[in-house]
Amino acid sequence: MSMEFPGVKALQEVSFEVHAGSIHALMGENGAGKSTLLKILSGAHHPSGGSIAVDGRRVEFITTADALRAGVAVIYQELHLVPEMTVAENLFLGHLPQRLGLVDRNELAAAAHRQLEFIGEPLDPATKLGRLPLAQRQMVEIAKALTRGARIIAFDEPTSSLSDREVRRLVTIIRELKTRGCAILYVSHRIEEIFTLCDRITILRDGKHVETAALENLTRDQVVHRMVGRELADIYGYMPRPTSGDGLTIEGLLGPGLAAPLSLHAEAGEIFGIFGLVGAGRTELLRLIFGATPRSGGRILVRGQPVEIASPRDAIEAGIMLCPEDRKKDGIVPVRSVLENINLSARRRNARAGVLINESWERGNAQKWIDQLRVRTPSARQLIRNLSGGNQQKVILGRWLSENIKVILFDEPTRGIDVGAKSEIYQLMQSLARDGVCVVMVSSELPEVLGVSDRIAVMRQGRIAAMVERGEANEEKLLKLALPLETSAATPDIN
Amino acid sequence: MLVVLAILFIGCSVFVENFLSLANMKGLALAVSMTGMVACTMLFCLAAGDFDLSIGSVVACAGVIAAVVMNRTGSITVGIATALAFGAVVGVVNGFVVAKLKINALITTLASMQIVRGLGFIVSGGSAVGIGHEAFFVLGNSTVLGIPTPIWITAACFAVFGFLLNRTVFGRDTLAVGGNAEAAHLAGIAVERVKIVIFTAQGLMAAFAGIVLASRVTSGQPNTSVGFELEVISACVLGGVSLTGGIGNMGFVIAGVLIMGIVQNAMNLMNVPTFYQYVARGTILLAAVLFDRWKRRNQPV
Repeated sequence: MSMEFPGVKALQEVSFEVHAGSIHALMGENGAGKSTLLKILSGAHHPSGGSIAVDGRRVEFITTADALRAGVAVIYQELHLVPEMTVAENLFLGHLPQRLGLVDRNELAAAAHRQLEFIGEPLDPATKLGRLPLAQRQMVEIAKALTRGARIIAFDEPTSSLSDREVRRLVTIIRELKTRGCAILYVSHRIEEIFTLCDRITILRDGKHVETAALENLTRDQVVHRMVGRELADIYGYMPRPTSGDGLTIEGLLGPGLAAPLSLHAEAGEIFGIFGLVGAGRTELLRLIFGATPRSGGRILVRGQPVEIASPRDAIEAGIMLCPEDRKKDGIVPVRSVLENINLSARRRNARAGVLINESWERGNAQKWIDQLRVRTPSARQLIRNLSGGNQQKVILGRWLSENIKVILFDEPTRGIDVGAKSEIYQLMQSLARDGVCVVMVSSELPEVLGVSDRIAVMRQGRIAAMVERGEANEEKLLKLALPLETSAATPDIN
Repeated sequence: MLVVLAILFIGCSVFVENFLSLANMKGLALAVSMTGMVACTMLFCLAAGDFDLSIGSVVACAGVIAAVVMNRTGSITVGIATALAFGAVVGVVNGFVVAKLKINALITTLASMQIVRGLGFIVSGGSAVGIGHEAFFVLGNSTVLGIPTPIWITAACFAVFGFLLNRTVFGRDTLAVGGNAEAAHLAGIAVERVKIVIFTAQGLMAAFAGIVLASRVTSGQPNTSVGFELEVISACVLGGVSLTGGIGNMGFVIAGVLIMGIVQNAMNLMNVPTFYQYVARGTILLAAVLFDRWKRRNQPV
């Protein structure tokens, strides 16, 4: 069984094969054409040229149903499941077992049970899908692909929102699929993951095919180099900087997601990392500081001055900014332009007489940040939803750089962003810190936390479990501190 | 949509007798003046991602209130002020329930639509209330420079609300709220306040339209304007306003209002029976929206 994409034109003549019983990595920066390729594979897009062959036979996918019939399933980052329906119904969505035209409930439950057992997910098939955590939903999506007899399964960044333990589970299942002779196409930005999991790799750049090779013949640096087309010596580019007094001080903060009053202190000019597993309360902490969730207690001080924060607007006025984790849901206004999205907040301070839009200022400000942050967009009038994830993140950064930043909170700043843009964002964090901004970064990616932070707070079960200095931090130590305790015995707050 | 409007206008000018006459043009503009006024605030409502179904009832009830209060107090000013205040209250309540209590706007205004319709009947006693103040009829029946006053008012509304949408922070905030309320909130926009202000403006505008209507027909009619809300929303949709929020343009809404008006006017001139007019109007709404989407898809992005 193999698949070929000879000369898909939108991708400028990309051709490669995926072998049965192998895991084939697909890498490239955002905009390199990975998504287009997956969409063609799933039948959602039609290639302007070229063809796909399964088992050596040429196939043509007019609809997504054609792709499924040919045994091809694509598992996207945003899962295609119905939260209001049960696990079993989701598994058999579109081909529920029937008897006399009615849904055969018994057969449905039994079949669902068999599928879940196979992937080792001990779930009750009658559970509403919406109640499951993201990782389990992903498992359901995989089981769904298998119920349709998929033998070619493409994964689009499956681990981007999973915790380490969940990633290990997923890896086990993918390896099992491989031994059963499935062909796996695996899209990811995480190089370590690719090297531990995959057999072969195809690298794309700007819609062009750069290379297809066995991974054992390549080094990590070579892969990155081929993706980016330039050398990236050290993507973090960390340089020690002086700090300059109080930045952000939190005293006894309490609210949803926190188990006990939380205090922390970060200096101006410092990059303060917060590491923790999913559910440790990291995002909740940032939202409480930013006033996005009302807090039930505690004080917030910016540069030593107490500030009253009851809403995001108060936070912005106090100089605290938040770059949210889920850009699509919380960050961008998709149907508006890049210009509108950059000026969303700062236009209030720059309006004429406080109410009239200052058009020339808005144009100038948008263009300034598009240029300085190197946002790749045809114009400031382009709708932001047409931009790649990295460029959307830069637009949100531009929005906050238009304000008077004293503290900036980053929640998973590089999730789903390619290596090149990642590096730019790290550079920007450091230049902000050099200018005296207090940078707080929440991340679940260990290399990232270790790479950019001056100090690291490890969160566990709604509290800060430990503070670690940059010099003393390593992956093992942070992970150990972050893992939930077996008993629910109270742990003393350090710091 | 501008293409549809142009085709429709030229088609009617050529094929429908008397269409292009000055008298008919005035009649057409007068007929759409109420829809036009209320479409201004409905545009904001839809752009912010909400709906308002209560406006037809508010139009009727405000007219009745104006009539009853004028007759009781003998003061035109008090009558108008009471009716406007009533519209504002309905709007504030709608806005509060939608923004603060987070009840879906469709359900909220479906409820207030019925409540207000009922209030209109209660206040009027179920039948039309005649108005005994000649001076009040000036609002709806006078002309300025040969053009009926309501048309001037509508034109002014288009200008003012078009300016509000494009040139003020409030207008841009409205579109941001409709495009992604959570992102707008996290960018420091007071989402709840924006919504309450919009619903209040909507209630005020509907009440004002009700007053103008009462002036034109010299009475407060509790039965009037049933289905008016759908007419206004249709006009906005024809004008390319997204029902999911975030997209809206005053120029196109004006086009939408005119398309509705021209279709109605041409059918009247051609003596199409009322029953068939409903069928034709619905068909044209669907056809125009489909045509617009087809045209956009064939445009290079």
